Formats: sequence, C-alpha cells, structure tokens
Amino acid sequence: MLGWEFPPFISGGLGTACYGLTKAMNQLGIEVIFCLPRMVDDKYTTHVRLLTPDSQTSPAVKFNDLKNVTFRTINSPLQPYSTPHIYQRRIEETLRQKQGMHYSGDMCDEVHRYAAVAAELAADEQFDIVHAHDWMTYPAGIVVAAISGKPLIVHVHSTEFDRSGENVNQMIYDIEREGMERANKVIAVSYFTRSIIISRYGISGEKVEVVHNGVERNGNGFLAKTGIEKDEKIVLFLGRITMQKGPEYFLQAAKKVLEVMDNVKFVMAGSGDLMHRAVEMAAELGIGQKVLFTGFLCSEDVQKIYEMADLYVMPSVSEPFGIAPLEALNNDIPVIISKQSGVSEVLMHALKVDFWDINEIANKVIAVLKYPPLGVTLRNYGNFEVRKLRWKDSAQKCVKIYEETLVAV
Amino acid sequence: MASICFYFQVHQPLRLRHYTVFDKDDRYFDDYKNASICRKVANKCYLPTNRLLLDIIRRFQGRFKIAYSITGVLLEQLQLFAPEVISTFDALAETGCVEFLAETYYHSLSYLYSHDEFIEQINKHAETIEHLFGQKPKVFRNTELIYNNDLAALIESTGDFDAIITEGADHILGFRSPNFLYRPKGCNKLKLLLKNYSLSDDIAFRFSNRDWSQWPLTADKFADWINNINGDVVNLFMDYETFGEHQWEDTGIFNFMRHLPEQILKNPNNDFKTPSEIVQSFQPVDTIDVPHLISWADIERDLSAWLGNAMQSNAIHELYRLEKDIKKAGNEKIITDWRRLQTSDHFYYMCTKYFADGDVHKYFNPYDSPYDSYINFMNVLGNLHNRCSMGAAGNAPCSLSKNKDSPN
Repeated sequence: MLGWEFPPFISGGLGTACYGLTKAMNQLGIEVIFCLPRMVDDKYTTHVRLLTPDSQTSPAVKFNDLKNVTFRTINSPLQPYSTPHIYQRRIEETLRQKQGMHYSGDMCDEVHRYAAVAAELAADEQFDIVHAHDWMTYPAGIVVAAISGKPLIVHVHSTEFDRSGENVNQMIYDIEREGMERANKVIAVSYFTRSIIISRYGISGEKVEVVHNGVERNGNGFLAKTGIEKDEKIVLFLGRITMQKGPEYFLQAAKKVLEVMDNVKFVMAGSGDLMHRAVEMAAELGIGQKVLFTGFLCSEDVQKIYEMADLYVMPSVSEPFGIAPLEALNNDIPVIISKQSGVSEVLMHALKVDFWDINEIANKVIAVLKYPPLGVTLRNYGNFEVRKLRWKDSAQKCVKIYEETLVAV
Repeated sequence: MASICFYFQVHQPLRLRHYTVFDKDDRYFDDYKNASICRKVANKCYLPTNRLLLDIIRRFQGRFKIAYSITGVLLEQLQLFAPEVISTFDALAETGCVEFLAETYYHSLSYLYSHDEFIEQINKHAETIEHLFGQKPKVFRNTELIYNNDLAALIESTGDFDAIITEGADHILGFRSPNFLYRPKGCNKLKLLLKNYSLSDDIAFRFSNRDWSQWPLTADKFADWINNINGDVVNLFMDYETFGEHQWEDTGIFNFMRHLPEQILKNPNNDFKTPSEIVQSFQPVDTIDVPHLISWADIERDLSAWLGNAMQSNAIHELYRLEKDIKKAGNEKIITDWRRLQTSDHFYYMCTKYFADGDVHKYFNPYDSPYDSYINFMNVLGNLHNRCSMGAAGNAPCSLSKNKDSPN
C-alpha cells in the first residue's frame, strides 16, 4: 500500500482511514506493506509529531498491534491537504534550515521523487497487488505496478474537485486522472465520489467500486469524564477550516440561530487556510462573542469538546466521505451533515441538509436544541447505526476487489 | 361459505408544507402537494374503482354490497380538488348497496388523549356523511382500527351505534375465528366485527407479490378459499387505495375485483352483506376481551407505528396539551388547524421502525426522514401555540379588530 498519512501523523481523515483499513486487513490475515512519505521537519505541522530519531533511522516501523503490516517511510515533505503554494513555502523554509537536503522544490517533482523511491523500496518486497491512496501516491503506484507487473488499485479518498471546488489544480487533476485510468480498479469512498470520478474524470463506471469507510471504536465509555459544567448549548464544527468544509455556511447559520435563541455558543475546532477569514466573518456578522475558535485540537481535547457539545454540524461543500460525524455519533452527539457527503449515504439517523441552505441548517440546529426528544432519538439510533459500520466490512470488500482483479489479470 | 363483508378505508392526510422555525404565517399545509396527490389518487384509484364497483352493483342487482369509511379530511380535499369523486360516491350511496361507516372526522388518535374531542370529531363526521350521502352511520371504526374494551364501552354509551370494527388479531382471538360476530367485553348491545386479516391482506398486500406461493391470485382461487370458510362472515377490510395505488392497475387488481363477485356468488351459500346487515343477520357467539390497545398495523398490531419513539410521543402530547387553551380561545380557524394536525399520518411519518429497510411505507411518506417530519410538525405546533396565546389576548375587547386579520 502506498499512502501518505498514518496515525499519529495525520491532518485529516485519510490517515484515520488508512489505519482503520490496514488494521482490519491485518485481522483478516492480509499482509500489508505500507509505504509512507515522511516530513523531515515538524515545524509546519503543529499537529503532527515526528518519529523519534531512533526510528527515523530504521527503514521499517512496526506497530505492535499490526502484525502483518510493515511500514516503509520515505523522507518527504508531502502533505495531503496542502496547496502547491504552501508546499513551495515549506520547501523554501526547509531548505533554509536543512542545508544539504536535496529537494527539488516543486510539488510535482516531489510526487515523482516519492514514486522513484517507492519503486526502489518495492523492488525488495514481495506483494501481489499495489493499492495507492489518493493522488500523491498514484505516480508511485503506476511505477511500482509497472516494474512489478502487479495490478494497480487506486483508492480515491478525495478528489481535486472536493478540495478546490472549481478552481482545480491542473497538475493534480492530471495525476489523479492518469492514476484512475491506469488502475485496474478504482475504489471510491462513496457513491458521491464515484459519480465525480465518472463525470469529471471520464472513468468507466464498471471500473469504479464503492467501499464506504468504517469507524473505529476506541475504548469509549472508559474515558474519564472532564466534568465540565455549562449553562449554554454548544454547537460544534470540527475539521479543517477550508473551503471544502463550508465554514462560512456554519457561521451564517449560527447568525440565524442566534436571532432566535440566545443561550448557545458555536465552537469551531480546527485550523486551516480560511481560519482568519472565518474569525473576521464572525466579527462581521456581529456574532464574534458567540463563536469560539480553538485552533487544532489534539485527540484528548477533541474528546473533551465532544463531551461538551450538544450538536455536531458538518456543512461540507463536497465531502467524499467524512469520518468525523461518525466519531461524533460514537460520542453520543447528534449530527447535522451536508447531503453533499459520502457519509450521508451510510447514515440514516442524522439530519441532512444542503450545505448552501443556511436557513435549513439553522432550522435544524434550533430544532435539536429546542426539542429534546429529537436529540434523544438521533443519539439512540445513531449510536447503534455507527456500530454497524465496521472497518472489517470495508476491508473485506477491498479484499474481494483484490481477488476479482487478480483473477481478471 | 359465508357472508362477505367488504369495507374500504378511504383517506388522504393534509400534508404539511416545509415549515421552518423562521416561518411566521399560518399557512401550514402544502396545498399544491395535497391537490396533486388528491387528483392523482382520484384518477388512479377513486374514480376507476368507484365506477367498477358501481357497475358490479348494477350488474348483480343488489346482490353485491360494500361499505366505506371516508375521512372528513379527505372529503374536504375531494370537494376542493376532485368533486367528481364525491358525486360517484353519491351515486354508490343511491344504489342502497353501500353503507358508510363512522369514524373521527380528522382520522385522529384523539380517543387516546381526549374523549371530549373524540366524540366531537365522531359527531362532526356523522353529520358530514349524512349531509353528503343521506345516511346516518350505524357502525363505528376507530382510526387505524385502534381498539380496547373501554373504547367499545364509550361507543356503546353514545347510543348512536350498533357495532364497532377492529382487527381480528390472533392474540385477542386465541383459538377463536374472526369469521363470527362477537360482543365486546362490558357491552350489552354493541356488536364487534373482526377483520379477517389473512384474507384481507392477500388482496391488499400480497396480491402482486411474485414471491408469494399463491401468486397469481385469481378470483376463482379466492372464491374457493371463501367456499372453504367455516363461519358466518368474512370481513375483508382494507385501504381503498389498494385498488390502483398500492396495487397498480397492471397487477390485474381491477380485473380480479371485476370477476370476484360472480365467482363468489356461484356458490349459492355465499353472499355479500354490509356491516349493518351482518349485525342484523347474526348473533354474537362469544365475548372478546381486549384490555390493552390494539391496531391493524404491522405484525405487532400495536400503536408503535404512531407512538413508538420519543419524538412521536412528545409531538402528540404537546398537541393535546393545547386542547384546553385552544378551545377556550374559541377561534374557529385555530381549532380547525389544531384538529388537522391530529391526523394520525403526521405521527406515522415520524416512525423510525421502517426507516432502515426502504419499506413500502416510504412511498407514502412525503419526508426524507422521520426527523424532518418531527421538526416540521413541532415548528408548526410552535406557531399554532403562539397564535393561540395571542388569540386569547385578542379576546380583550380593545384588540379584537386588530386580531381579526392577522392572528400573528
């Protein structure tokens, strides 16, 4: 497997998905070699901890609970959710500080450099199938598949259209499309994403399978309660504050809610390139004192915020899947999710809205806060429903796709 | 061999429009949707079925008989959107072979929450039926065939009715058969007709099901089953929308119905009777004891389709909590809106039981999810509550004129 994120090195859902999927495959007895790029400097990724110097020197990292999974890491500043612009800045600063490193200084080159190193690593390994997660690993996937003669599967966790709307980066789009075209099979995380793959990338529908993500249940109920007391309702936005996540719709809906109710606070937990814009916007709307920005939260703080929240809102403009609402439900928080998301395909017991329909978002936020039986019912059924979304099922579907691909080849 | 007693439930709810917490007006209902559904069902079901049954009645010169229970909520809609349906019902009434039953005008669950309101709605319905079809209903059926001993006692105490109808649920019958007339426990005069759910559902639900071992169901096969019945009466109770709406025309449901009477009447020991004729022709064979509420819904035959989750019970409690204030305020428009919100369908839409399996029920649900329907209902109820409090304030002489136009 070729990926670019793995816990604890995560900045979004991709790392969580790779972890869940590989862990479940591990349990199914599938041997996975996970090839991972690694940023050398952690200064620009405040939420990411680096490996210890010790493990940095060893080529393979072993996770205790993943017996069948071997990790290979490649030194690289690749970041899944960055733009070429930010990448360029990172490279320049890294170069300034780390003389002697040979970065080419261009995102496209970097992707291909990662591909070259992955190909080298792959030469030492035995495997039956190449499984590449998202565009940065597609060139590597193509190379490794070509060298080894093994079939290629590309797993689409998000597309350039999700991340950038209509302002797509042509280079990334080209890489994505080439990956999908060259792949024997394309796995989409939702029907929502599948339709983008077919309509925007011109890939034949027969080639595109849907495997929904699962959700990890990590020891809930055993965590110490923080015992935070509050007399206000808390509505939570949790995720990167970027165009894709629709922070402005959250704020506009907040404004509408506050016109009707007073004892409610809106918490935006996360960071991102629209963070400053969001702070400004809250001020412009005159609701600055009702909106709290926490910045990026570590998992412990996320746990605390879940404990305080009364409602989770995900107004994503285009969300290929969206694991976060499942985690919210796991923590007994009712959720409002946008219809433009993959997760709305698997969740019945959630309130669904069009991301642009701020009136309806506000209507539903107020309803949850005002009519307690709504939250009770959503929580009861939602939590039960999430239990049924298991990574094991996702892994089994992937394995079935592997088997079919291997037979076809 | 037996007497066949057909009774058809005819009902369409008044669906609410999308009503957010920001809406302030008192237009709660989706006129466009209600009109178009009413017209659609009229064209697919009511008109062709009425015509068919009228033909059959004429052909058999009084030997084919049926009964209807038509809700007030539907009659109002038909008058507005499809008045020709009313005249075909009237034509049926004139044949003398059709009986009209009594129920709550608003197809409500009011029996469970307010006996005063319940009786008022029954009376309103009876007046409407008498006005439109010239018959005073003598047999009562409660919404969704919800029933218990107390209901029977209450209906008997009105003195208006000879019989009551409910589901022939296994657990109330035990070893007994639904194919006889019974006496409700605690009643002296009132008789009880029980639905033969097996034969009724063969037509209403299973007719077009190709996985059913008896598919395709033909009129002579069904008549054969009737011939083998050991009992006085077979009560075939079903939604009228079975014809053309639940079972589409291409399933052959109309042809089945067209041929059924002659197949059944081939056996001279069979006949068709209206519920009132059943009551006159037979005596109760036993007493039926139903201490707990039952209905005709689902396998459970209980109230869980309307009151099964926290949202449903909250919504209906909040609704009936307004009764006193609303009746005190005495504004007819507010009372009517409040009553229209009592229609059981509003609570059925909030049911989470069927949600997962993409059930047939989904087809008849105007909402994407039970949660949406609850939110919508509660928003409307919130507005109604405000109007009611303002209406009460409006009773003060000084603000009376101001309040007339806009209750808000």
